Amino acid sequence: MNCEFNIFREDWSLHRKGHLDQQRHQEKVREAIKKNLSDIIAEESIILGRGRKIVRVPIRSLEEYHFRFNYNKGKHCGQGSGGTSKGSVIGDSANGKGGISGAGDQEGIDYFEVEVTIDEIEQMLFEDLELPNLQDKDKPQIAIPSYDFRDIRRQGLMGNLDKKRTLLESIRRNAMKGRRVIDGIKPEDLRFKTWEDKIHYQSSAVVIAIMDTSGSMGTYEKYIARTFFFWMVRFLRTKYKQVDIVFIAHHTKAKEVTEEEFFSKGESGGTRCSSAYLLALDIINKRYPPSDYNIYPFHFTDGDNLPSDNETCLAAIKKLLPQVNVLGYGEIVNPYYRTSTLMDVLKRINDKCLKTIAVKDKAGVYQALRKFFTNSTS
Amino acid sequence: MDYKLGGAIMDKQLEVLSKSIEAIHDQAKRFGLDFFPMRFEICPADVLYAFGAYGMPTRFSHWTFGKNFYKMKLQYDYNLSRIYELVINSNPCYAFLLEGNDLIENKLVIAHVFAHSDFFKNNIYFSSTSRQMVETMSIYASKIREYEFKYGHREVEIFLDAALSIQEHIEPPSPFKTTNEELENPDSHHKETPYDDLWAIDSKPKEEVELEPNRKFPPKPTKDILGFIMENSSQLEDWQRDILAMVRDEMRYFWPQMETKIINEGWAAYWHTRIMRELDLNEDETIKFSQLHANILNTGGRQINPYLLGSKIFEDIERRWNNPSTEEKERYGRIGGKGREKIFEVRACEKDSSFLRNYLTQELVEELDLYLYQKVGTNWVVVEKDWEKVREGLVNRLINCGFPYIVVEDADYHRRGELYLKHRYEGVELDVPYLEKTLPHVYLLWGRPVHIETVIDGEPVVFSYDGRKNTKH
Repeated sequence: MNCEFNIFREDWSLHRKGHLDQQRHQEKVREAIKKNLSDIIAEESIILGRGRKIVRVPIRSLEEYHFRFNYNKGKHCGQGSGGTSKGSVIGDSANGKGGISGAGDQEGIDYFEVEVTIDEIEQMLFEDLELPNLQDKDKPQIAIPSYDFRDIRRQGLMGNLDKKRTLLESIRRNAMKGRRVIDGIKPEDLRFKTWEDKIHYQSSAVVIAIMDTSGSMGTYEKYIARTFFFWMVRFLRTKYKQVDIVFIAHHTKAKEVTEEEFFSKGESGGTRCSSAYLLALDIINKRYPPSDYNIYPFHFTDGDNLPSDNETCLAAIKKLLPQVNVLGYGEIVNPYYRTSTLMDVLKRINDKCLKTIAVKDKAGVYQALRKFFTNSTS
Repeated sequence: MDYKLGGAIMDKQLEVLSKSIEAIHDQAKRFGLDFFPMRFEICPADVLYAFGAYGMPTRFSHWTFGKNFYKMKLQYDYNLSRIYELVINSNPCYAFLLEGNDLIENKLVIAHVFAHSDFFKNNIYFSSTSRQMVETMSIYASKIREYEFKYGHREVEIFLDAALSIQEHIEPPSPFKTTNEELENPDSHHKETPYDDLWAIDSKPKEEVELEPNRKFPPKPTKDILGFIMENSSQLEDWQRDILAMVRDEMRYFWPQMETKIINEGWAAYWHTRIMRELDLNEDETIKFSQLHANILNTGGRQINPYLLGSKIFEDIERRWNNPSTEEKERYGRIGGKGREKIFEVRACEKDSSFLRNYLTQELVEELDLYLYQKVGTNWVVVEKDWEKVREGLVNRLINCGFPYIVVEDADYHRRGELYLKHRYEGVELDVPYLEKTLPHVYLLWGRPVHIETVIDGEPVVFSYDGRKNTKH
């Protein structure tokens, strides 16, 4: 009998196709996340599930679309372990997946979900955010250890090899012997980049987070404001080692509160925004002299200020502006009614330190972050 | 003996393995299996899973394969599922074994693979498939790589996304010599040689039929949407047509595999059992084999297990043709003792749908506890136990490999060169969100507005995409 077979065992270590295409897929996932960042950062599961490290994000653009049957409307064939009778319930669709891993492959799942860590989202979100208009102040407080490659030595780690200088050395060595060639690299040609530890000083900064907690701020408005401050706080703590954050909550009266109170407390009553600005002024005067600090007040409100207060407010803001680097004013626009708001008053001010934005929906939080924390002039 | 060992290393393990292969090979031959020369390759898990995700080791690169690879690899890493082998319809027949299989696992897999190879070689639906597809796909892959280099990675990727979205809509390769087209136009006879045209050189050219103003195009609806767009889209560049041709060619190669899952796996499971029984296994091996075998034939959670269903049907056919009942003897003139012969005949001429339609019996439906289920409210409920209805339901799911049957109805719709597709509705609705996301892909290929007619809630509905938005009327 003739044997018609071969057996082989080869070196497959260079077969990377699967991994490369997987990488491309992952890239697409990241692209999709980035594109949907404005929706994702307003996800309640992230804001409310504080402490959870991983969130599931639906990515619809990564489906492989084709014409297919509606899985939920068809009859499917299944197999029991004996004695199944007509009318038996074999699964419920309440858990979303239909409990069926049946004949089709992963039908019943409506979209592709990826797991991303908060860290990843932050990385993408914070990538190009910064404290705008940061200036050198008299009292640099924030010391950040850093290192700098600024020296070349003959010994060092191979990973830090300075290829250009090494080649130059090789050329020089040959040239000294009168040869005009690049001929091999000898150990004495090697040059390495070497670093020096140094301390980098950053100007100190304080962010004053001001939130309207009056009765007119409904659940939705509060959610928007808190989402903004949630990411702002995370952003400052990730990117800047020691930025002070002062929390102010106000209705007709303003008071300084702790971070926890700021994020959890609800109040009622009317709105007098000037109270918050006056308190901010007071805090700046007492604790954060503008000569030593970069100062950033950010205020979120529905803009429904007492009309009688508008002029006082305007005066306070005008007084505040020369002392701060940027003053951010975010107004959460109620889709159902519009009245004359503080925004209309602020339009009379022409100062590039004042940045205002109207937030119309959840996605607006992302725009607000980008507007307040970039250097581009608005 | 003319087998050689690849790589430089011929270690103990490989030596033992090749001895086993030899024994299995001889046993398979004795049973009458008729297979292609085999080429076994041992490869690590991530390579095997990559092959699984791409369907072919040499296939082109695309992120969707990466996505599948990741999913499959994850299941392997979490020990949820495992591919032991992968076998390719080619001559010689390539079979990839998972590095890390132990000897008994490999023996079972090898026996299994010989039967697959026999099936590829002898089943009629594979008769028109290319047996050099490993090489062909490798050429396709390098062409696509070239296009990526020339026209931009992104550009090619977007185009492939679109092409793959309708890849199932082809005319499946026909195992029979005459195609429908030839039956309908008898004078377009099959050319024997490239020079046949010469014989007709004296015959008068046919009078050009004047195009009637209302002539429909295509004259007859065609199921081959991919091929139709490839030939008739006014928008495509040459490289894009080429990509469509390649995707279509690969799909035509994969199609017979998709329509013979149950029968092919059944055949392989039937034979690995019988081959293993004839091998000299020690006690440990016997126990291990039984466990593995039981795992393969396991009915896990409602899913139809193709290995189990297929092998049960083959065993049932063998039994009924070996020992026909009195009724079978009288009505069908079965003489008995023809079981083996019959199953070899079945493996040669059936695909899943005909295999089940012809050979799934009442006894089997009841023994295997098959049923139809459906969504009622929020629950999935068993709605049918009657064996004939169950069989019908099962067969219906297999028609056109489970894809909706869609044809190009009119390529000059509205007299504006718009593409009008029609879903041949047969009781199951289409997934509308998916449909609305697929239309833009088709639009990209066709370059003009596209429409698809289907039925929702008993009413005909046309979905359209005009390059900017989806509409429905």
